[in-house]
Amino acid sequence: MENEASDKKKDIKRGVQDGIPIALGYLSVSFAFGIMAVSAGLTPWQAILISVANVTSAGQFAGVEIMAACGGLVEMALTQLVINIRYALMSLSLAQKVDDTFKKPTRMAVSFCVTDEIFAVSVSRNKTVSKYYMLGIISVSYIGWIAGTAFGALLGGILPAVISDALGIAIYGMFLAIILPAARDDSRFLKVIIIAVVLSCMFRWVPVLNKVSSGFVIIICAVAASAVGAWLYPIDEEEGN
Amino acid sequence: MNTQTFFIYLIVMAGVTYLIRAIPLTVFTGKIENRFIKSFLAYVPYAVLGAMTFPAIIYSTADLISGIAGTVVGVFFAYKRKSLLTVAVAACLAVLLVSVIELAL
Repeated sequence: MENEASDKKKDIKRGVQDGIPIALGYLSVSFAFGIMAVSAGLTPWQAILISVANVTSAGQFAGVEIMAACGGLVEMALTQLVINIRYALMSLSLAQKVDDTFKKPTRMAVSFCVTDEIFAVSVSRNKTVSKYYMLGIISVSYIGWIAGTAFGALLGGILPAVISDALGIAIYGMFLAIILPAARDDSRFLKVIIIAVVLSCMFRWVPVLNKVSSGFVIIICAVAASAVGAWLYPIDEEEGN
Repeated sequence: MNTQTFFIYLIVMAGVTYLIRAIPLTVFTGKIENRFIKSFLAYVPYAVLGAMTFPAIIYSTADLISGIAGTVVGVFFAYKRKSLLTVAVAACLAVLLVSVIELAL
């Protein structure tokens, strides 16, 4: 029993430690999200609620854009589905790594916070993942995500324009830090990313195409590029994520 | 936006997102065997992020010059495999620097 209790503590502590850099990264990104949501016309409370209920980065930014444009609910649902479908794969992969402390209620709770970073950090350890470790890493990251949103939503307006402007690029910086290393390591990922980027640029700059709403642009680009990739450059074994 | 409209959007948004994460973790605990689907799913996050980042990143700041400066710096640090935080902060600082210079001129 004693041993079990100390394992519990160790796992929670380890999770908290791993969560700190994630929380710091989230602060800057969710700060930008808070600013963006309020400038799109939402109240600070609405911005915070979105972060509390979703815990996604790209999905939340796209969701607010749809709200601001008074887009349809189908567009909202499809956009979230396509942008966040990667989490299904991560959840699936995580499901293979969890230990027997993961009962159904734990699975249902953890499902709420399967993000790129939490997934990547927890699964890349050489051990199985316990619910205590997940408790530590998720709580710290979640607090960072919500606190950043609150700061951005409430204080974004009183920040000098130069500063809030500069923070607008933070989320894209984070995206670059996810895609470029993958593109460097594997030319297949590079090709798929290039296809997606070229399509996305076309939807921005080519007349007529630039009338398509941003949510659908992401769906079209991602599905087309990934399908071409899966068809021409299938991935075998346990590579990629 | 009125409160009711907001909550409808929020419920759709959070509901879809939660189900995406919860179904595989609670129901499908077996392995995916289909190679096309596996590959497709592996490419999706990167294609999404690529499409979201470009060309939006260069329009994400007050003007094109600071946007391009931030992009170049972000790409450099991301290529050097710096952490998410480092890349985000470096891009922000580059934008800030250019904006301050522009204000001074």
